Amino acid sequence: MLRKIIVAAFIMICFILQCSVFTSLAFAGIVPNLLIVLTSSFGFMRGEKEGLVIGFFCGLLNDIFFGGFLGFYALLMMYIGYLNGKFCKIFYPEDIKLPLALIVISDLSYGIICYVLTFMLRGRFHFSYYFTHIILPEVLYTILITLLLYPLILKVNEKLEKRENV
Amino acid sequence: MSPVIKKKGERFTLPSKYLLFILTLLCTAMMLVTFGTDAFDKPLNTVVGYIIVPFQRGIEKAGSWLSDRSDEFGQVKDLLEENARLKEELAALTEENTLLQQDKYELNELRALFAMDEQYGEYNKVGARIIGRDTGNWYSTFIIDKGENEGLSVDMNVIAEGGLVGRITSVGPTWAKVTSVISDNSSVSGMTLSTGDNLMVLGDLKLMATGCITFSQLLDGKNAVKEGDKVVTSDISDKYLPNILIGYISSINKDPNNLTKSGLLVPAVDFEHLGEVLVITDLKQAVTE
Repeated sequence: MLRKIIVAAFIMICFILQCSVFTSLAFAGIVPNLLIVLTSSFGFMRGEKEGLVIGFFCGLLNDIFFGGFLGFYALLMMYIGYLNGKFCKIFYPEDIKLPLALIVISDLSYGIICYVLTFMLRGRFHFSYYFTHIILPEVLYTILITLLLYPLILKVNEKLEKRENV
Repeated sequence: MSPVIKKKGERFTLPSKYLLFILTLLCTAMMLVTFGTDAFDKPLNTVVGYIIVPFQRGIEKAGSWLSDRSDEFGQVKDLLEENARLKEELAALTEENTLLQQDKYELNELRALFAMDEQYGEYNKVGARIIGRDTGNWYSTFIIDKGENEGLSVDMNVIAEGGLVGRITSVGPTWAKVTSVISDNSSVSGMTLSTGDNLMVLGDLKLMATGCITFSQLLDGKNAVKEGDKVVTSDISDKYLPNILIGYISSINKDPNNLTKSGLLVPAVDFEHLGEVLVITDLKQAVTE
């Protein structure tokens, strides 16, 4: 129960920070993707199920506020959480390389899928421009934020796991 | 044995692939339903309106308080200079205003003569504050702190600083989503003020950093449209009220078909530093068949 409340609080805080504070801190108009960091870290820390549920709710929140129709971001984020959960077995808390790599891959694929489904299908074919000006800066900024946010998520998760195992 | 069957003394848990499958179906169903209708909009918009929007408001308030304080410290000198400049400008404007007042008097007389109603009276407006911006980097939408409770509804036009910002595309009880004209998926039917030629104004993500948007399908057979001309919303637009300033033409190119022209437009509104907007609560008159 405590875990559910804390995770819900995490999702809300990340979403609110992303759409208010980080849009004012944007470098060259680019906002980092906190929700991806949250979804994939819970995915590889806790497994497929938690990853997909958290991804679903993060995406749904995005859909309601900023999506054109419901379900698109929810579906995308859910699969990202689920696939990250596949790496739960080779995850060790001491190792930062795997989480970083996974978050980078997640954000990259999120950006590319968003581009293909919502831009390329509308006839915006200039992929290299969008890749270097939107997707790549977002990934870089997200890595920067990961270095701050991920240790916090890890610590909170460890505390929760300790509590649950007592 | 199926993994879903419950064993004795074990808590029932759904394996993740089944959950994934169920939620995928749910998402697909939601997409299909909400693509055409807005069946889920009302309950979901209401729920998030009570959970998320209060926090967004709080953060926005704190943020604007902080930036106000820092502005106060940094800009006293600037303000003094600006004050002196503005006083000069005020004198000039007062003079201009008297002249315009005379013109207006004359215009009213003439209008009365033609028994014409004032064509575009003042629209009813409601002020609102921006409390959240798009979490992604692809589109340019934002959340304002007023919604259905204040009488807003979908398709109402949003303006700021005398120019068009966009229109409301989704509304909850205490909040509304505004899609701006610079958003990549936005298109507005406009016309040039000087010649009355129609054109389409389209948002473009590629040009967002330069602060421009594009226009296309301008006919202009007489080559009368020049750079710097004002572009306003057209009479034939079905979502936007007529004669709201969109921006100024900054470059014109002839299309390869030699018939139409396209080019760039500088919006009248500074979208980077937008804090408050005005929502016009009059809707464009819809033609019902």
